[in-house]
Amino acid sequence: MSGPNTDFDPVEVTPLSAAEVERMRDEALAAVEAAVDLPALKAVRTAHAGDRSPLALANREIGALPPQARKEAGQRVGQARGALTQALAARQEVLEVEHEERMLVEEVVDVTLPWDRSPRGARHPITTMSEKIADVFVAMGWEVAEGPVVEAEWLNFDALNLGADHPARTMQDTFWTEPADHGLVLRTQTSPVQARTMLTRRPPIYVVCPGRVFRTDEYDATHSPMFHQVEGLVVDRGITMAHLRGSLDHMLQSLFGEGITTRFRPSYFPFTEPSAEMDMVCFVCRGTGAAEQGGTCRTCRGEGWIELGGCGIVNPRVLTACGVDPDLYSGFAFGFGIDRMVMFRHGAEDLRDLFEADVRFTLPFGSEV
Amino acid sequence: MSWLREHVALPESLSTDELTDRLTALGLKLEALERPGHDMSGPLVVGRVLTMEPEAQKNGKTINWCSVDVGAANGTGDPQGIVCGAHNFSVGDLVVCVLPGGVLPGGFEISARKTYGHVSAGMICSTQELGLGEDHSGILVLPEDAGEPGDDVFGLLDLREEVVELEINPDRAYALSIRGVAREAALGFDLDYADPAARAVPPANGDGWPVEIEDAEGCPVFVARTVSGVDATAPTPDWMARRLLLAGMRPISLAVDVTNYVMLELGRPLHGYDADELTGTVGVRRARDGEKLTTLDGTVRALDPEDLVVTDDSGAIGLGGVMGGEATEMSQTTTRVLIESAHWDPVSMFRTGRRHKLTSEAGRRNERGVDPTICEVAAQRAAELLVEHGGGTIEDGVTVVGTAPPREPISLPVDLPAAISGMSIPADTTLAHLAAVGCDVEVDPRGDSLWATPPPWRPDLTDPYDLVEEVARIVGYDEVPSVLPDAPSGRGLTRGQALRRRVGRALAGAGYVETVSFPFVGAADLERLGLDGDDERRRTLRLANPLSAEAPDVTTTLLPGLLSATARNLGRGTSDVALFELATVTLPENGAPPAPLLPVDTAPSAAQWEELQRAVPAQPQHLAVTLAGAREPAGWWGPARPATWADAIEAVRVVADAVGAEVEVRAAARAPWHPGRCAEIVVGEHVVGHAGELHPRVCASYDLPPRSAAAEIDLDVLAAHAREVVPAPRISSYPVAKDDVALVVDADLPAAELAATLREGAGELCESVRLFDLYTGEQIGEGRKSLAFALRFRALDRTLTDAETAEARAAAVALAVQRHGAEQRA
Ligand SMILES: [Zn+2]
Repeated sequence: MSGPNTDFDPVEVTPLSAAEVERMRDEALAAVEAAVDLPALKAVRTAHAGDRSPLALANREIGALPPQARKEAGQRVGQARGALTQALAARQEVLEVEHEERMLVEEVVDVTLPWDRSPRGARHPITTMSEKIADVFVAMGWEVAEGPVVEAEWLNFDALNLGADHPARTMQDTFWTEPADHGLVLRTQTSPVQARTMLTRRPPIYVVCPGRVFRTDEYDATHSPMFHQVEGLVVDRGITMAHLRGSLDHMLQSLFGEGITTRFRPSYFPFTEPSAEMDMVCFVCRGTGAAEQGGTCRTCRGEGWIELGGCGIVNPRVLTACGVDPDLYSGFAFGFGIDRMVMFRHGAEDLRDLFEADVRFTLPFGSEV
Repeated sequence: MSWLREHVALPESLSTDELTDRLTALGLKLEALERPGHDMSGPLVVGRVLTMEPEAQKNGKTINWCSVDVGAANGTGDPQGIVCGAHNFSVGDLVVCVLPGGVLPGGFEISARKTYGHVSAGMICSTQELGLGEDHSGILVLPEDAGEPGDDVFGLLDLREEVVELEINPDRAYALSIRGVAREAALGFDLDYADPAARAVPPANGDGWPVEIEDAEGCPVFVARTVSGVDATAPTPDWMARRLLLAGMRPISLAVDVTNYVMLELGRPLHGYDADELTGTVGVRRARDGEKLTTLDGTVRALDPEDLVVTDDSGAIGLGGVMGGEATEMSQTTTRVLIESAHWDPVSMFRTGRRHKLTSEAGRRNERGVDPTICEVAAQRAAELLVEHGGGTIEDGVTVVGTAPPREPISLPVDLPAAISGMSIPADTTLAHLAAVGCDVEVDPRGDSLWATPPPWRPDLTDPYDLVEEVARIVGYDEVPSVLPDAPSGRGLTRGQALRRRVGRALAGAGYVETVSFPFVGAADLERLGLDGDDERRRTLRLANPLSAEAPDVTTTLLPGLLSATARNLGRGTSDVALFELATVTLPENGAPPAPLLPVDTAPSAAQWEELQRAVPAQPQHLAVTLAGAREPAGWWGPARPATWADAIEAVRVVADAVGAEVEVRAAARAPWHPGRCAEIVVGEHVVGHAGELHPRVCASYDLPPRSAAAEIDLDVLAAHAREVVPAPRISSYPVAKDDVALVVDADLPAAELAATLREGAGELCESVRLFDLYTGEQIGEGRKSLAFALRFRALDRTLTDAETAEARAAAVALAVQRHGAEQRA
């Protein structure tokens, strides 16, 4: 189709000549190739493939040709347009990739810029520690019991076998309220919650009672007029000291890992008989008393044991005062300090850090301990 | 330890550590172990003074230049030349010499040194230098039969002693004596035990000092013995003084020291009177109203009719069992001593001690319970010691009034120790261990239980479970196995407990830091909140014995603690602070009834329980937050966003969302908030709390920056209105139609109210109404504001037509115009 036009024939319209179509096509393809970016390519597309481009105009004239010539010209123009469309698409893809690559490089940011725009918060380690302890028991089927901190004297003392003239009553320096004859105290222990539980529920009772308690201690690095205790109480048929030890061992292993067990020493608490002091194997030196780097373990001061708290078999007199038949049921109880556990578990050195509300102390604990 | 070994045959191979470990396991916890004398080392020997030449010195002192025979201890056998500054000895006396190379207490090493013109090859020692006592007036002269020159004195004088300090629980008063500890050591190792109270005593007769007991309940036994002709100046023997010192008591005089020594040995407190100061019959009775007594600490005490007093014809001469009186106190001139050995009612002792704030070694034992059967023995022992070291004679008269109350046997099912301890304990083990603690044990003929009569020194043993503890502790608590009980299936946390945890987590997630504060406040703290005189938060529960006079009340609001904590953080350099606290407050009611002291031998009746519950004040869980400084700090992104009243309200919304409660916010005025920037938080019909900006005066009084914000709500009420079950929403899949509307209203119309009106007016096709712009300014006019809302419309079952949307929008606007006089902005 590239022979010279020798005869004038209306059929042989110039724009539709093979040479002309070829020229338009080559010109268009060259323009596509020369487009350096997407906007340039868009302009090329308009100029060479748009409605008013030479190939489009040529295409419009095809209809005026006689049938034979029409077919030939149609094929010629169609092929040219097809080649152009293909070239545009190919160029489009190349330029898009180029554009994306350039954009990704240009849009680089300094990801180390701080974004401390929304403030951080935290829960208090005493809260989270006491929840952690409670959860161990809840997982065993126990429930969490609670009671008021301003408590009836009878529940804080008398019902727990601490009569008015019990020498042990002076061991606990009690905050009394006015008027003095109204029989209200700030509870010195969470044990009144145990009494309340026995008075309001039937056995079997399996409860753990965390909470705030108060003693008239001056405030210093190791004493506070307010601190936190958790006590446990079980009242059921056939409960023994072995169940007490089993429950405590389980709790300690859940909190501090395998192998952390208890040691009992005979002690005295009016609430329990027999009574024991409980120690736990030091979770840092695991009972050796030695620090890893040599010297004595700081957590247990070389003892190998950490004093935890008191426990024992619930005194039948307490069961009686709380409406539980001691001939049918026996129970055990234990109690220890949550604040102290937070201190030795996390290596805190001053008890006051727990109560001064300094966010620098609390924030690192986050929402769980 | 030497004292202990006199009464229990501890084998030499048994170390003190082993002993204290066993005692600790038995319940006598090792408190401290001291080893006085263990820093001393030889040569420390007996010497005989051969010559002594006094030489006056330029400094006015006179020293003695002595030669002392130290046997072969110095290696040569020649006499040792020693300079000594003391003069209380003479040629021929046996003394204690430390030779060069020896070390005295405190690491004081002795070497031959030149002094006062001589080479002193050692030192002649005083009691104090040997660590044996406080007497440094002169050197220690040994008795003639003490030993030979050159003998080592460590063993001779028990210079190396071990002092074991035990922590004694209040139920084990018997262990506050050598007698009791020796018994524990003996039963701990199954050793022979020589009871120091097993002594012959002469029988009572009518010749003793006349004694009349008016109150036999308060003083069941009173023994009096008299020793006359005592040398008032006789010193306390060194060994006794040393033991008292090591036991933490100061030697005073022979007669006083003897009574203390017997108390430490037997556990029975004694009192000695100067018999020449006594007039007539000694009596025991309760004090009379208005009676006064000067006790030997020099304090004049107004006596209570419950106090037990010892009397003579002159009136009260002592607080029985607690502290003696000044008038009949033994002194430097006392030659006739009346020894009182009496048993006192522990409850009365406890009450008197507490009433007069008196603590004494005697009182500590008497209020915990002493063996009532050894009054005679203790008096005899004291009298003998007094005569032995102070001369004189024990008068023949023996006064014994009253008898020790008998002990009732306790019935113990044989299998109870095993059933309670969880250990396997055969019956014969139970029998043996009860016998070892001193019980008389009889097996019930039926065989399944036994009768144990506790010994008189164990008033703490009253119940079967007490006996179980005795058996279990001797078997050893270490033997208790570890067994998990079979708990029934639990119901997990209560809803309230779970919600509180959720609230804490939500607030921590929203950037608040939890605090734990003491609940103590004072009137000044509430004043700083700006509470009115009749504000219900001023109705606090007052402590009878507060730690600080500034904060004597139990708080009714968490804000004082939280505001102080905020200020403390700011003061310590944290500039942006957001805190929260979740705790109970105490809300006493006027005229609340007193809490009854109910009986303990049975459970309270329903009425009694009800009465007790009513007396305990309400203590709802409150939640409070404070904000100061920036809520978002300035950064490379731009300027800081200061915390405002709106953040405080938002915190409450966070809490409400966490518990699943829907709250409404309304304008309110309440201290300590800014009256124009305070919201009340309403759920249902209840105002659950308030939030907003703090009053400028409150900020100033708590040292907080202006515009600090706070909120406090009653979490219990909020949680009570929380949705238990969220109804699942129905989601339309048809397209949404959006339209905005801007309304101009009076400036004081709450936006929330206008939004509610639009919602109501727009009807059920309206999906949401959201305020997106607030504008005030000249264009709007004085006292007016423009609020722009985005409205979204959608139906569950169809695509809304433009006409339907327009109609709903128009209805919304129409209601706003009608209800609030709103004008629609173009
Ligand atoms: Zn350790």
